[in-house]
Amino acid sequence: MLSIKDLQVAFKTRKGEVNAVRGVSFELARGERLGIVGESGSGKSVTSYALMRILDAGGRIKAGDAVYSGIDLRNASESAMKDLRGREISMIFQNPRAALNPIRKVGHQIEDVLRRHARASRQDARDKAIAALEAVRINDAAARYEAYPFELSGGMCQRVVCAIALACDPKLLIMDEPTTGLDITTQKAVMDLVDDLVKARGMSSILITHDLGLASEYCDRIVVMKDGQIVEQGDPKALFTRPQHPYTRKLVDATPRRGATIRALLPAEERRPELPHAVKDTPILEVKDLVKTYQGKSGPVHAVKGVSFTIHEGQSVGLVGESGCGKSTTSSMLVRLLDPSSGQILYRGTDLATIPSDGFARHPLRPKIQMVFQDATDSLNPRHSARQSIAEPLLRMTPLRGALLAARVEELARLTGLPAHLLDRFPHQLSGGQKARVGIARAIAPDPDFLILDEPTAALDVSIQAVVLNLLADLRATLGMSYLFVSHDLNVVRLLCDHVIVMKSGEIIEAGPAEDVMDAPSHPYTRALLAAAPQAPAA
Amino acid sequence: MGARGRATLVRVLQAIPVIFGVIVISFILTRALPGDPAVQFAGAMATDESIQQVRETLGLDKPLPQQFVLYLSQLAQGDLGQSLSTGRPVLTDLASRLPASLELTLVALLLSCLVSVPLGVLAATRPGSWVDQLCRLLVTAGVSLPTFFTGVVLIYIFYYLLGIAPSPLGRLDFVYLDPPRVTGFFLIDSALAGDGETWFAALRQLILPACTLALFTLAPIARMTRAAMLSALSADYIRTARAAGLTRGKILYGYAFRNALLPVVTTLGMVFSFVLGANVLVEKVFAWPGIGSYAVEALVASDYAAVQGFVLSMALLFVLLNLVIDLAYSVIDPRFGTAAK
Repeated sequence: MLSIKDLQVAFKTRKGEVNAVRGVSFELARGERLGIVGESGSGKSVTSYALMRILDAGGRIKAGDAVYSGIDLRNASESAMKDLRGREISMIFQNPRAALNPIRKVGHQIEDVLRRHARASRQDARDKAIAALEAVRINDAAARYEAYPFELSGGMCQRVVCAIALACDPKLLIMDEPTTGLDITTQKAVMDLVDDLVKARGMSSILITHDLGLASEYCDRIVVMKDGQIVEQGDPKALFTRPQHPYTRKLVDATPRRGATIRALLPAEERRPELPHAVKDTPILEVKDLVKTYQGKSGPVHAVKGVSFTIHEGQSVGLVGESGCGKSTTSSMLVRLLDPSSGQILYRGTDLATIPSDGFARHPLRPKIQMVFQDATDSLNPRHSARQSIAEPLLRMTPLRGALLAARVEELARLTGLPAHLLDRFPHQLSGGQKARVGIARAIAPDPDFLILDEPTAALDVSIQAVVLNLLADLRATLGMSYLFVSHDLNVVRLLCDHVIVMKSGEIIEAGPAEDVMDAPSHPYTRALLAAAPQAPAA
Repeated sequence: MGARGRATLVRVLQAIPVIFGVIVISFILTRALPGDPAVQFAGAMATDESIQQVRETLGLDKPLPQQFVLYLSQLAQGDLGQSLSTGRPVLTDLASRLPASLELTLVALLLSCLVSVPLGVLAATRPGSWVDQLCRLLVTAGVSLPTFFTGVVLIYIFYYLLGIAPSPLGRLDFVYLDPPRVTGFFLIDSALAGDGETWFAALRQLILPACTLALFTLAPIARMTRAAMLSALSADYIRTARAAGLTRGKILYGYAFRNALLPVVTTLGMVFSFVLGANVLVEKVFAWPGIGSYAVEALVASDYAAVQGFVLSMALLFVLLNLVIDLAYSVIDPRFGTAAK
């Protein structure tokens, strides 16, 4: 049905032409579900944009052929392509909320597509749009027709994007990271829904993702891309169990999975024995009945409803839950960025909850509790070099100056594996993994003994995530720190944490040693979370 | 709808302290200015006694707080006081001059929008093309040429050289009578009276000053339209619309332009408010009997009541303007006024 031969895509940039896709060939049969897996910059999205001919300005297909059901996609006229898009080939995008027009009712956005491809007239457009919403299993579709995207949840928005894509019964559905930014249970619901529809309608699909586990669950065949080229393709199980290409092997290794240790994420030749970290009996942080209530417009919002837990010295505790469960509010209260409504936060016996958050920056305990933020890019000042970023907390909280300061910054860079010559670069000159290292170096600069890690690897590619997780494990052992690891990814939490806390709607619903919670969850919600996480086929 | 009504009411209520603050500050500032209105009013031949007498009749001998209370009580009755320089009630002066300025400003902005918004849209859809270059040229010229200069050049070309424009002396040539006053806008009033000839004459007078102002306001609006369109066109939902095969027109106007309108409306409001206060130079060049030149003359003559009346009417106008902009927002953007904002 779709055949691509030696496709090359180039972008014009200020530094000359950049080849994003360099000779990609694959075939897609009717009814086949193909997965394109690769890390950022591998050209996987660009390949699909090229097929649809919706490349950004400056991008062009340089060479190669792309034929869809006898139509030459490369040379077809723009008006022929417009007829094809949405009717024959549709796309679903990442970040569903941004993918919808924010100021147009979702029903009207579906109507636009139906009317464009003459699938509906003015009279029956509304009914057909509601039917399209019902097809993606949106409850009360008639009411949702009138909704604006901002009134819907992320998962609901993605269903609407699906409804738009599927409204005209296309034969091929291209999904570009369709579940990025969605909760894990929502991800499963959306993927199951799309998969059912694709199968029921006998469509072909291309799933573009960085998540090998997800691709192996929903695809018949997987293509692995790197630097604009296909390095390997084949059946998901075979790819996982017998990866042929070293890059595929590296990806498979780096994908967090049941039964793997943190070192197993690294390529075999880099696996040094894991350093032991000792968990002591003395508690470093005791949280007692912590409550946070916001005053909302329609009454109080109970973000955190009385949580209690204890973190021991040297222990790593995972705090798991989906968006809105109160995990971020809890961690913000622990680093004293937010004032709790009530409850105690005992750090080695001192109640931090009594210190107002405004004044905590000058408190002597401030250096002891530090945080690593989710987005390594946004949490660095774009006009500060790596050196300045790392030195900042030292200048504020330690008497180090001059040569001593420089020596300390270099020591931190060495500890976090950041090459010293990169210290004078600015964030935009650093890679994602390097920025993550700067963020960690900055957090450990004032020599803390308790670190809150707020999804530190969520924005990173899997191979870099593997490296950063191992770095965190090493630092914990060498510096004797305790961690609170906030994450939605249970597979990652399992790797790093000794103890797991599962939160839902502001409450702790389950807590216990990591193995117990992961292997024998007692609460149905924990079980649902575990079941929703895509599992790679066992090696 | 109920929420929108309530939001509007809240805005109006919020404006009350602002207005009061404006009253206090304009009162204090006019009195802090150098110059003594009594001396001005008494004239060149005045003696100390006659000045003192004038001062007493104007109530300027009383302590400031007392003057302020007096001023407030007059305001409450809708009395803005007497202008010393024109000898008429300030309210009458403003009522005749404000419509003149508003008519000029509104026509200028309309002209400006008719040119700048399409120009900005075209420039954004074809970055680097000749339209984009033209847009850039106009924007640069618009901001760098002072209004009095463009005004004089336009008069020189169209009145002096070509002779197609009427003499730049006010709102209406002296051979015509003012149309019967309904709104104070000559174009509307003459149309209401069914007087085509006067309407055309008023338009002829209006065109040159309006073009002068329009050239000046072109720049910010065109720039903002271009930038807003560019950012809207690079948004994710445009890619979704493209992938759905929507037509270029639908994508440009149905999706991108409506999203780009918000910043454009904001800019329009800002431009309007600052032009209304700043078109003194245009009014002077074209002998336009507007509120800007009135205020400057009053200020020079230490005409307290007139200056205060001007400041107060401007403040009220801005409150009204902001209300209109907020309403426009709520029509364009469904998110407006919800908790998400």
